[in-house]
Amino acid sequence: MTTPLLSLQGLTKAYPGVVANDQVSFDIGEGEVHALLGENGAGKSTLVKMIYGLVKPDSGTMTLRGQPFAPAEPRAARADGIAMVFQHFSLFDALNVAENIALGMENPPPMGDLASRIREVSETYGLPLDPYRTVGDLSAGERQRVEIIRCLLQDPKLLIMDEPTSVLTPQEVNILFETLNKLRSEGTSILYISHKLEEIRTLCDHATILRLGKNVGECVPSQTSARDMAELMVGSTLQTPERAGREFGEVALDVSGLSVPSPSEFGTALKNVHMTVRKGEVLGIGGVAGNGQDELLGVLSGEILTTADAIKFNGQPIGKLGPTARRKLGVLTAPEERLGHAAAPDMSLTENALLTGSVRESLENNGFLKWAETKNFAEKIIKAFDVRTPGPENAARSLSGGNLQKFVIGREVMQDPDVLVVNQPTWGVDAAAAAAIRQAILDLAAKGTAVVCISQDLDELMEISDSFAALNEGRLSAPRPTSGLTVDEIGLMMGGAHGMEVAHV
Amino acid sequence: MDLGEINPVLLIASLMVAATPLLLAAIGELVVEKAGVLNLGVEGMMIVGAISGFSISVETGSPYLGFVAAAVGGAVLSLLFVLLTQVALANQVASGLALTLFGLGFSALMGQGYVGVKPPSMGEIHIPVISDIPVIGPILFQHDPILYVGIGLTAAVWATLKYTRVGLILRAVGENHDAAHALGYKVIKIRILAILFGGACAGLGGAYISLIRVPQWTEGMTAGVGWIALALVVFASWKPWRALLGAYLFGGITVLQLNLQAAGVAIPVEYLAMSPYIITILVLVILSADKSSAPASLGRIFHASH
Repeated sequence: MTTPLLSLQGLTKAYPGVVANDQVSFDIGEGEVHALLGENGAGKSTLVKMIYGLVKPDSGTMTLRGQPFAPAEPRAARADGIAMVFQHFSLFDALNVAENIALGMENPPPMGDLASRIREVSETYGLPLDPYRTVGDLSAGERQRVEIIRCLLQDPKLLIMDEPTSVLTPQEVNILFETLNKLRSEGTSILYISHKLEEIRTLCDHATILRLGKNVGECVPSQTSARDMAELMVGSTLQTPERAGREFGEVALDVSGLSVPSPSEFGTALKNVHMTVRKGEVLGIGGVAGNGQDELLGVLSGEILTTADAIKFNGQPIGKLGPTARRKLGVLTAPEERLGHAAAPDMSLTENALLTGSVRESLENNGFLKWAETKNFAEKIIKAFDVRTPGPENAARSLSGGNLQKFVIGREVMQDPDVLVVNQPTWGVDAAAAAAIRQAILDLAAKGTAVVCISQDLDELMEISDSFAALNEGRLSAPRPTSGLTVDEIGLMMGGAHGMEVAHV
Repeated sequence: MDLGEINPVLLIASLMVAATPLLLAAIGELVVEKAGVLNLGVEGMMIVGAISGFSISVETGSPYLGFVAAAVGGAVLSLLFVLLTQVALANQVASGLALTLFGLGFSALMGQGYVGVKPPSMGEIHIPVISDIPVIGPILFQHDPILYVGIGLTAAVWATLKYTRVGLILRAVGENHDAAHALGYKVIKIRILAILFGGACAGLGGAYISLIRVPQWTEGMTAGVGWIALALVVFASWKPWRALLGAYLFGGITVLQLNLQAAGVAIPVEYLAMSPYIITILVLVILSADKSSAPASLGRIFHASH
């Protein structure tokens, strides 16, 4: 048997209160696409950070081509031919593409030479990029290209990709896979981290599955069913949310001819958005991040004001009303960013419950707060949504992502909204919590609430929504019934491949 | 009123002198802020630099050693800011304010024996021929060396930020410290070096006031120049040449309004005295309309988590 490119033996890393990796061992062969599979919090990110030199293992060893390998810092790992594409892009918005790439290289050539090499490599791999554009103006797909090209310019032996497809349209995913196959044929090994099983079955030669920091199994993805891999990943059988067939009522939320500029410098303006949501209907809005999702949520929540007639609730114009006035009417929202937007990180759950609940739950009396009622309300949310926390007096920051997400969604659901708008309701949430949140949204719709669900997870939208529309550069496609939509059609609604081409070599 | 008494050549020459302390402090702070750190202690570091430079040049008789001591003094005081914000991860605004208060008090203590003493003079550079050219000579070529250091430093900072890898890394750290860390750059180390550089520059600026511009020692003699330097960095949109323009504009109007006061112009003195602030801010606000924004990590505390 040939020596593997990289071999991990008994890697262990513990943080206070949690063992992120416990005796993890596996091998990555030369020219192999190796999948690392696991739920959020299974320890995938910690493991690759150890390989990339960002985190030092407590115990265990790594060998690279038979030689001991213990990178003290990313620079050392890069010198040994290891490159990484990060999940949350490690890019600098205010710098241009070439500067961003130079920062990720050990000995970058002068800017002029670098720019022409960027052009050359990006054309070769079908990922066209202008080296002098400011990164803050690029789409998510283009930003990922910057990261990939930064890696390719260093001729990596092992390319680590952390959840690369979560920001891409299906067409862009296909092109990425062509590029990765091309790299594999050139002898580059790839460590591919994901929880999307179908992707792994298409692309990867071998898979290692992590659960709660432990290696719980290996398989050849093309010969293993997605269901078997999912059960290895989760450790139990999954319940899929149920939806009852239902009738829709009258139009509850009517958006017409809505155009607003983005409040942030690198945001996307909304252009002539039309949509209607009926009582009891779930409208799913897909699209790659950064195409106007945050702005759409802001407009619907009342954080961004518009002309009065652009948004109507039960026929009443509400475009000029602020968030509190809309809450009073019954239009509630739950934004994407849990810490800082949906919840105040350093305030307790009780205080956070008060922040959006005060109007509808009447937790206020002439400006004085009713703490006892607020605490009851917070406890009700914690109980109904199975939020794992010692009690409502704990700070929002102390909760894990999934638990806090259950809390912020639960807080809105418990207020019996007439219209509920959620953005990325299950982002970064483990499968069990995600299923609970989706079920809650469906139950709410069954009671007659009109729901708008903005998400980048297409599987989620297919599962819960009755109709589907996509945001692309601030424009919303015409909503279509979800049943019968194909992946290709959805991809085209999301804007197709955004000018990407298949690799030329 | 006799406007004829104002000599334009002397006016321009003295505006450069008036602008130099402000320029030195602003360039230092610009580098600090480009690295993502907001140090509000400029005033404190300037006054400590002023007394360090003053005392050493009086004791040794060498103004050059005085300036070296001023840079060291400013940098040492900024080390306190480093300890608070980069090691103990304290709030930068509060730490900076504390640094200014501490510097003002500490300099008064250091300077008790130096009130009324006259420092050794640095003298002016005199290059034969070009310094004697009429008009241009007195304006451009008859100054003390530190004034040229200020202009040279502006050029050097501009070129470093724009064309070198060190500058790129510094900007990257100020722009997104988490990403810079993920790429393996030593965020804290780079920031500490930037803060020390800013402290040294502020110290030089302070000593320029006590050794050349005034020259004598009085308590609190920097009189708010450090605060103006802070404002200048923002209004100059973090661009070195604009900071130089702003400093010269401010220095120019300060000198001009003093001349106008002396000439007895029929404008109340209060309006004249406020004019440098108003005009400088107006001009720079108009210039900064091009939407160039602050370093994105400015003032945020970096903690390397797992």
